[in-house]
Amino acid sequence: MCLFLAKVGFYMTEQIDKALAREYEAGFVSDVESETFEPGLDESVIQRISEMKGEPEWMLEWRLSAFREWLKMEEPDWALVDYPKIDFQAISYYSAPKSMKDKPKSLDEVDPELLRTYEKLGIPLIEQQMLAGIAVDAVFDSVSVVTTFRDKLEEAGVIFCPISEAIKKHPELVKKYIGSVVPKKDNYYAALNCAVFTDGSFVYIPKGTRCPMELSTYFRINEQNTGQFERTLIIADEGSHVSYLEGCTAPQRDENQLHAAVVELVAMDNAEIKYSTVQNWYPGDENGKGGIYNFVTKRGICHTSAKISWTQVETGSAVTWKYPSCILKGDNSVGEFYSVALTRGRQQADTGTKMIHIGKNTKSTIIAKGISAGKSNGSYRGLVRMNPGADGARNFTQCDSLLIGDQCGAHTFPYVESRNPSAIIEHEATTSKVSDEQMFLCRQRGLDPEKAVSMIVNGFCKEVFKELPMEFAVEAGKLLEISLEGSVG
Amino acid sequence: MSNTKSLLTIEDLYASVEEKQILKGLSLDIKPGEVHAIMGPNGAGKSTLGYVLSGRDGYAVDDGSVTLNGEDLFEMETEERARAGLFLAFQYPVEIPGVSNLEFLKASVDAQREARGEDAITSADFLKEAKAACKQVNLPISFLKRGVNEGFSGGEKKRNELMQMLLLKPQLCILDETDSGLDIDALQVVAEGVNSQRSADRSFIVVTHYQRLLDYIKPDFVHVLSDGKIVKSGDASLAHELEAQGYAWLQKEPAEDELEG
Ligand SMILES: Nc1ncnc2c1ncn2[C@@H]1O[C@H](COP(=O)(O)OP(=O)(O)O)[C@@H](O)[C@H]1O
Ligand SMILES: [Mg+2]
Repeated sequence: MCLFLAKVGFYMTEQIDKALAREYEAGFVSDVESETFEPGLDESVIQRISEMKGEPEWMLEWRLSAFREWLKMEEPDWALVDYPKIDFQAISYYSAPKSMKDKPKSLDEVDPELLRTYEKLGIPLIEQQMLAGIAVDAVFDSVSVVTTFRDKLEEAGVIFCPISEAIKKHPELVKKYIGSVVPKKDNYYAALNCAVFTDGSFVYIPKGTRCPMELSTYFRINEQNTGQFERTLIIADEGSHVSYLEGCTAPQRDENQLHAAVVELVAMDNAEIKYSTVQNWYPGDENGKGGIYNFVTKRGICHTSAKISWTQVETGSAVTWKYPSCILKGDNSVGEFYSVALTRGRQQADTGTKMIHIGKNTKSTIIAKGISAGKSNGSYRGLVRMNPGADGARNFTQCDSLLIGDQCGAHTFPYVESRNPSAIIEHEATTSKVSDEQMFLCRQRGLDPEKAVSMIVNGFCKEVFKELPMEFAVEAGKLLEISLEGSVG
Repeated sequence: MSNTKSLLTIEDLYASVEEKQILKGLSLDIKPGEVHAIMGPNGAGKSTLGYVLSGRDGYAVDDGSVTLNGEDLFEMETEERARAGLFLAFQYPVEIPGVSNLEFLKASVDAQREARGEDAITSADFLKEAKAACKQVNLPISFLKRGVNEGFSGGEKKRNELMQMLLLKPQLCILDETDSGLDIDALQVVAEGVNSQRSADRSFIVVTHYQRLLDYIKPDFVHVLSDGKIVKSGDASLAHELEAQGYAWLQKEPAEDELEG
C-alpha cells in the first residue's frame, strides 16, 4: 500500500458516497399465497415440519435429537461480524406456497406466478427456454418447486431431487450420509439446521458416471419473517464426476432474515465434485437496514484420490458467516477453495475455508479474493491443518484484499496447524486499493468510472472466475458489475 | 497559419496540487497539425500540465482557461476529454492486474466510439488493428493477452502507451517523457510512432528532457517550462541550445524580455 492513498481515499469516498443507492434487482416480492407457520420454535414445531413433509419416524427422531443438542449450545461470537442478537422465537420455520400442497406432477400444474418469479430472476424453468445442459432444482421458501431434466438424468442413473423426496425414496442413502460430514453437534447453526431444515437438493452420482449436465439449485426466500434452512447432500460414488451450482436471492425487506444452510459433499475414491455458489441474498440498504443473515456450514469429505473444489462468489447478505471446507481423508486427495467475497454498504462477511489434511500426499489450494467498498468489512478466516499422518501434504494459500474507498476494512486470519514435518504450507497475502492512478488511466482512455471499477475488480477476481462454469462466470462478472454500481460516481 | 482555428488554447493557467501552486500563468496555443516540444527542469510542472489538461482528480484549476476545439475543457469530465480526442501517454504507466491489454484497449476504443455514436468494433477487426499496433511499437503479440502493464519493463510500458495512442487515434497527443529511460532503438520506435501519426489535424505536445528525440521528431516549436510557466519559446534550434547550456541561464533572466525577442 502506498502513502498517497490517504489522499486518494478522499476523492474516491466522495464518489462512492454519491451513488451508493444502487438497486437490488432481485428485490421484488412475489404475490403467492403461502401457508406459513406462526413464529416460534419448540419440539411441536419440528414435529409439524416433519409431518408436512410426510417424513418417516427416523427422520423426526434425528431432528429432535439435534434440537435437544442445539438448546444446550451457545451462539458463536468469534467471527468479526456484529449484529443484534437473533430472536429465534420470532422466526417462522416453515412457509410454502399453497399451490404446492397438492404436489404438482408437472410444470403445467405449477403456479404460473412461481414460474414467473424464477423467470424474472433469469432462471426460466420451462425446459424449452432453459439453458441447455443445466438441470435446475428451484427452492421457494421451504419447498422445492420443480426439478427440471429429471428424466434425462435418470437415464444416466443420476438422482437429482429435493431432499424431502430423497428421504422418502432413497432412505438408505440419506440415512447413511446425512450428518456424516457435518455432525449434528458441529456448530450452533448446523444443529439448528438439522432440527428444522425444510428442503434442499439431493444428488447421487453412480460409480464411474460423469453427470451428463450441470446440476443447479436456485434458492429464493420470499415470505417475510421466515428463515430458510436448506440442506443439500451430494454423493459422488467411486470414479464419478459432477459439477453443481447454487444461486440465491431474496426480496428487499426492512427486517433481517435468517438463512442457515448445511451442505454436505461426499466424494468417494477417485470421484470429483465441483461446487460453485453465486450468493446474492438481499444485503440490506446503505444504512444497514434489512438483509439476510447468512450462516452456512459447507463441508466435503474426500476419499482416496478424490477431489472437491469449492468456488464461491459472495456478493449479497447483510452478514455472512461461511467456511466451505474439505476433509482430505484419503491419500492423494485434493481440496480447492476459490472465493470472491464482495462487501459494500454496511455488509459484513467473515468467510474462508478449512483444509484438513489427513491422508498422505494430500493437496489443497486456497485462492481468496476479498473486495470491500463503502463502510463494509470483509474478513478471510482460513484453517490449514496437517495431521500427523499427512506425509508429503501440501497447501498453497493466497489471500488478496482490494479496498474501494477508505471507510471499509479487510482482515485476514490464517490459522495453520502442522503436526507433520514433511508437510509444506505456503501462504501469500496482499492488500491493495483501486488506486486513483488506475481510475485515472481508465478514465483518460475514455471509460466511465463505473466501467473502470468493474473492470479493475473483475481483473482482480480473474483467477477465481476462471474456475466457474462458463455461464456462471459471465453471470458472476455481471453480478459484480451490478453490485458495484454506484460504488463510484 | 495564424488564421487556422486553434486546437488547444491555454490562457494564463494557474493550477495547484494539495494547495501548492504549480502552474503560475501558463499560456500556449496549438494549431492542428503542430508538434510542440516542452522541455524544462525537474519539478517545473510539465507532468502537472498534462494532468490538469486531462482532468486528474486532485489537480485544482485556480485561474485561466483552456479550450479544446473551442470548447471549455474544464466543463468536461476526464473521460469526456478523452472522448473529445485528448490523450495522455503517462510518464509512469500504472498496472491493472488481471485486466488484459486487449480487453482494456477494446473497452477504451468502444467507449470512445460509443461517444461518437458509432457501434462497437468487432472483435476480429479490433484484433487485427491491435496486432498491427503491437508490431509497430515492437511489442510481441503476446502482450495483448497480458495484464495492462503487469510486469512490463520500463521500456515496454512506454511502448504500450504508444500502442494505446495508435489504437485510439486521438486528436491531441500529450507524451510525458515517453522517451525517458529508453535505449536508442526504443527511442526510434517512439519517434516513428509519432511521425507515423502526424497529420494536418492531429497535434502533439511532447514533453522531453532530450534533444535527441527531437532530432527524430522535429518539432514545430520548442518551449521551456520553468517554475510553472513558459519562459522561452523558439523553434527546433532552441533544443540544441538547451542541450548545450542547460536551463539555469533561463531561470536567472527576466522571462518577459526574452519572450519579446
Ligand atoms: N500529488 C502531489 N502532491 C504534492 N506535490 C506535488 C504532487 N504532484 C506534483 N507535485 C509537485 O509539483 C511540482 C511539479 O511536479 P511535476 O509536474 O511532476 O514536474 P515535472 O513533470 O516538470 O518534473 C513538483 O514540485 C512536485 O513535487
Ligand atoms: Mg514529469
